Amino acid sequence: MLPEATHDQHHPALAHQFDSLAAQSEATTLGMWVFLATEVLFFGGLFACYAVYRMWYPEAFAAASRSIDITLGATNTVVLITSSLTMALAVHAAQTGKRTLLMTFLVITMLLGVVFLGIKSVEYYQKFTEHHIPGPNFSFEDGKFNRHAQLFFSLYFAMTWLHAAHMIIGLGIMLTMLWWSWRGIITPEYYSPIEISGLYWHFVDIVWIFLFPLLYLIGRHAH
Amino acid sequence: MPLRIYYTIFAILMFCTYLTVQMAFLDLGEWNTFAALAIAIFKATLVVLFFMHVKYSPKLTWAVVIGSVFWLGILLAFTMTDYLTRGWRTYG
Repeated sequence: MLPEATHDQHHPALAHQFDSLAAQSEATTLGMWVFLATEVLFFGGLFACYAVYRMWYPEAFAAASRSIDITLGATNTVVLITSSLTMALAVHAAQTGKRTLLMTFLVITMLLGVVFLGIKSVEYYQKFTEHHIPGPNFSFEDGKFNRHAQLFFSLYFAMTWLHAAHMIIGLGIMLTMLWWSWRGIITPEYYSPIEISGLYWHFVDIVWIFLFPLLYLIGRHAH
Repeated sequence: MPLRIYYTIFAILMFCTYLTVQMAFLDLGEWNTFAALAIAIFKATLVVLFFMHVKYSPKLTWAVVIGSVFWLGILLAFTMTDYLTRGWRTYG
């Protein structure tokens, strides 16, 4: 058979260098995982920084950690884990060709993402009114921890902001996936865009799974 | 993959979230951090294996996943060999 003839017959989403959609999907997934490996180290630098300062100033970190709202933090953990479930269900709907269900789950996932960011904004606003934003107007209730609590909040804002930025990018990705699903690009033969978008969304969930105990739970037991 | 697996994993993740919050209020001394991190690692592993389908993925995907954790380990371990061994500092 001439190459031109096979070219006309193959799936529109199949790129030239791949023999089959299955091979393409495997390469796409691997590529996403390699990207996520770089993301692990991207966040890893901040976690290492946190670990060093936490070991140097455990009392200031515990006191500062107690000042953030554990109820809002725990609620956000529940919201994000639920969004991971709906994302996994969206991938399943894509695999089985249930287009309406796929779009429904994508919308629910996005709504939960928006709820997460809304709760995060409320928390940031609380910190703002309490003068817990690092900088010239920073003040901490227990004066002896003033300097080192500022270190905690610098890390708190750097880490949660970087995480929230990933959520915002994730919402953009989900919006694109919703559009592709709507247009019928996503089929049971070609659903790897949904699969790798899901990988990204779950990764962002995992980052929060570590941020929550490290920022909100340390030092709760004392006092 | 049967949907039942997703719902089971979700239930376990929710229970672990409840557990980690409750344990944070108990005074376990040094073990508070250990318990919180152990639960977080367990939760992350479940997400990676089931929600992210690594359990059903080719060996190459496993290699990348384990590789990323390994390099994170190098980052943390080599940082700590410096900061934890500065004799002029006191801890606690």
